[in-house]
Amino acid sequence: MAAIGRQVTSTLLERHESEILGEWLQRLRSEGASQNGRIPESELKAQCKEFLQQLRTAIATGDNDVNGPAYAGVRDLLANISSSRATQGFSPRETALFIFSLKQPLFDMLQRHGKLDEKVVLEANWTIGLLMDSLGLFTMEAFQKTREELIVRQQQEIAELSTPVIKLWDGILALPLIGTLDSQRTQVVMESLLESIVSQGAAMAIIDITGVPTVDTLTAQHLLKTIAAARLMGADCIISGIRPQIAQTMVHLGVELTVVSKATLADAFAVALARQGRTVSKIKVQPAQAGMPRD
Amino acid sequence: MDRIPILKLGDALLVTIQVDMHDQLATALEEDLTNRIVQVGARGVLIDISALEIVDSFMGRMLDNIAAVSRILDAVTVVVGMRPAVAITLVELGLSLAGVKTALDVERGMALLGRNTRTTEDDGD
Repeated sequence: MAAIGRQVTSTLLERHESEILGEWLQRLRSEGASQNGRIPESELKAQCKEFLQQLRTAIATGDNDVNGPAYAGVRDLLANISSSRATQGFSPRETALFIFSLKQPLFDMLQRHGKLDEKVVLEANWTIGLLMDSLGLFTMEAFQKTREELIVRQQQEIAELSTPVIKLWDGILALPLIGTLDSQRTQVVMESLLESIVSQGAAMAIIDITGVPTVDTLTAQHLLKTIAAARLMGADCIISGIRPQIAQTMVHLGVELTVVSKATLADAFAVALARQGRTVSKIKVQPAQAGMPRD
Repeated sequence: MDRIPILKLGDALLVTIQVDMHDQLATALEEDLTNRIVQVGARGVLIDISALEIVDSFMGRMLDNIAAVSRILDAVTVVVGMRPAVAITLVELGLSLAGVKTALDVERGMALLGRNTRTTEDDGD
């Protein structure tokens, strides 16, 4: 029975392709699928046309299994379309509409042109319904997957962005930490700090935790790990930017940082300079050297 | 069996590990180094591990042991040139080598040794 339904659908698609395409596009437009011109009309039309062709060949050759090899072309096309929709910022509804708005034109066409047995029409309806539903689900899956990939990529980018290693002076590095320190971020922080220590030959590193909202025992442990690794390579660490509340919390929790810690980055920098035998002093600027000769 | 050469440089001993350490080599080094410290009366031991790419807990413990033995024999141990990956591995293994002094490269390591051997007060820490 399913074979009859498929056959009817296939013929329908073949004979009335332009008609179906027209109605489908009409429907997509009225539902706002082009989204204020985010997709050019011509591109949408090309996508629809290609999809209909792929679908026709798939139905003619394969079975009803959307995951089968016969539907590979259809699946690729849909995956492409939905992933491009996802990156363009379409909502799930707008993406799903691409498939689901094809349903109505197909049913209409079946009613209008099928001088067929009632049973056959029913069967074809059923086949189309099933097919469209599974293709719709596939579209949503592909859409979701692209969105998830996007989120993962953004997470990575945030992780990299939020851990810059800054050279303050010859041999003095600063690592301003921003955001919560979890084990994954600690890994990124540790690696970038150690790489910088090697590449710059830095013997001092200042870890500034002004931007870390909370410090619990786990965060402290992560910090200590980073410091231990830096020490193994021959660099000393100073922790700076511990806010008053955080200092209190740490004492209450019994967290002890067995390293030099300073209240501000400036203090820590002064200590680092002093250890290198350097000092910062104010120089007197002569009026003649200031660049603006006075009359 | 291969042995890792130990060079005498002033009153310090220089060990450069250029090959992958296997356990036997590590124990042999520990033994040789102990003997040489006593023999030449060395005040410092400098171990360069910049070519070492793979460490395990045994290797970490060996470094700790060498440091402990040297301390007993009144010599300071400095490990120099540890790679980031090696440092991370050792920390993850829970070996922070508390008894070992570290430096970025051989030059700074020698400077550190020089400072430590000149002032006798520092030897006790």
